Amino acid sequence: MIDQQIGALFVQVAYIGASAAFILGLRGLTKPDTARRGMQLAAVGMLLAIIGTLLNHEIVTYQFIVIGLVVGSAIGLPMGLLVPMTAMPQRIAISHMFGALAVTLVGIAEFVHYRDVAGGPGVVKMVALGFETLFGALTITGSFMAFGKLQGFVTGRPVTFPGQKLINAAVFLGAVGLYATLVLTQSGGGTGDAGLIMFGVMTVLALIIGVTLVLPIGGADMPVVVSLLNSYAGLAASATGFAIGNNILIVAGALDGASGFILSILMSKAMNRSFANVLFGAFGGEKAAVSAKSAEGLTTRSITAEDAAMRIGYARNVIIVPGYGMAVAQAQHAVRELAELIEKRGGRVRFAIHPVAGRMPGHMNVLLAEANVPYDHLFDLEEINEEFHACDVALVLGANDVTNPAAKNDPGSPIYGMPILNVQDAEQVIVVKRGMATGFAGIENELFYLDKTSMLFGDAKSVLSQVVTEVKGL
Amino acid sequence: MTALLTALGAAAAFIAATSSNAASATSSTLVDGQIVEIYVFLLAAFTGFQIITKVPPLLHTPLMAATNAISAISLVASIVIAGAERPLFINIMGMVAVAAATINVVGGFVITDRMLKMFKKTEAPK
Repeated sequence: MIDQQIGALFVQVAYIGASAAFILGLRGLTKPDTARRGMQLAAVGMLLAIIGTLLNHEIVTYQFIVIGLVVGSAIGLPMGLLVPMTAMPQRIAISHMFGALAVTLVGIAEFVHYRDVAGGPGVVKMVALGFETLFGALTITGSFMAFGKLQGFVTGRPVTFPGQKLINAAVFLGAVGLYATLVLTQSGGGTGDAGLIMFGVMTVLALIIGVTLVLPIGGADMPVVVSLLNSYAGLAASATGFAIGNNILIVAGALDGASGFILSILMSKAMNRSFANVLFGAFGGEKAAVSAKSAEGLTTRSITAEDAAMRIGYARNVIIVPGYGMAVAQAQHAVRELAELIEKRGGRVRFAIHPVAGRMPGHMNVLLAEANVPYDHLFDLEEINEEFHACDVALVLGANDVTNPAAKNDPGSPIYGMPILNVQDAEQVIVVKRGMATGFAGIENELFYLDKTSMLFGDAKSVLSQVVTEVKGL
Repeated sequence: MTALLTALGAAAAFIAATSSNAASATSSTLVDGQIVEIYVFLLAAFTGFQIITKVPPLLHTPLMAATNAISAISLVASIVIAGAERPLFINIMGMVAVAAATINVVGGFVITDRMLKMFKKTEAPK
């Protein structure tokens, strides 16, 4: 008995240590210099929590645990080591799925378990269990759909059909209704199959919600979706903590939930749209036809890599604006080479990064860091937006909507009000682009038709390599 | 500083929760322990909010990978279900949950470290 109490105390001490490590670890992430050590501390905290749990007196058999740990490590380690940085959004999306899967399975197992416990789970735990399973299940399929859209095996365009909202609402109400009924009828313990069936149907409905939630959302809105799913996965983990009375789960889940929530808000703000609009707006479908007209009668000026090299090579102050196109073309190494070349010739190069550039928050920063661009060259929208006035050349690389002046001066534009990078203030603008296709919002970018703008058509990587060669020859 | 204070607060609530959980285990009312759990949740969420708003956009991708790895703490719950005295199919569900959560723990921390390793400052001119 005494031994058991000491054991329990040790587990709690391990959990407290782990909570502190997580919080301090995240605090490390507030500065690039301390980030790495902070996360190593968090990893130690995790190890501590796992060891503590393995000593839990409830555990009688270790074979399943060991198999799970081995299989998980065998999949997780290569995933961690080998996934390329360009595929980071997909990898984050799929990892939300794994996290949610674990939480949902725990929820189901606990629900079944409490049927054998006299008195049942009680109201509070039943509320937590239901929440955990509901949010867990919808995060499983939602994350898988997001993964599919990012990986490209599910169409990146919003998928809509007549009556969609009605069906979604019905499925949602059905799941919530079952959840409420479960709390009312099963909190005191359940006998018979009715409870199990309701729980099962609720889980299936939640899985369907995950699919229908993400299906109508377009590729460019993925930063919001991935952040939101991050938040859901955290909240579900926190609910697990309430369901099984485990504080470390509550703490870690709350940290994750808060982080995902903050990122979702930042992303929505950066697109000047509300959560609701992202989730239910199905952006970019019908609006394309309206704005396509505005491009008629306007012409762009196309230049060669040689011309571009002349302008960039003699520029004193260059700002590069990367977008998703840079990631697609894998052009980040060519960009870094060009930047180094300009600096060697005495010019100054900075990178202007819009919050929603790429497919997840901070995506461009990671890609450029991987290509060895020092992070003190990377600037946020607010930091650099006033600097475009003083810049000789703004080089736009596979970015589109985030540079569209219509967001500022055309109240009729679907992106009106969205904060943009003031690329049009630069003395001259060079846009590297594959063709004249519109961005994800499906609207024309008037920046391309300005007198100061030159278009450099082609694949970003090969075009930039040409420019680099030309600049070297100047 | 605020972050440290809130962290201390969370730790205090944590200890309170632990002791009250132990105390209420014998009595029939679990409500006390659950109220404290709500405190823990609120303090942790508040702490998280304070810290994470200070994370620069530069590190938002590593942040997401990191919180993802941390929330894989559900491994702890999965381990109990895989190893406790439960029906076989529940243990097997637990095993799958352990595997899924382990993927995130191992993969998440490895990938976060891989990313953070890449962020470098301009080298001082020699």
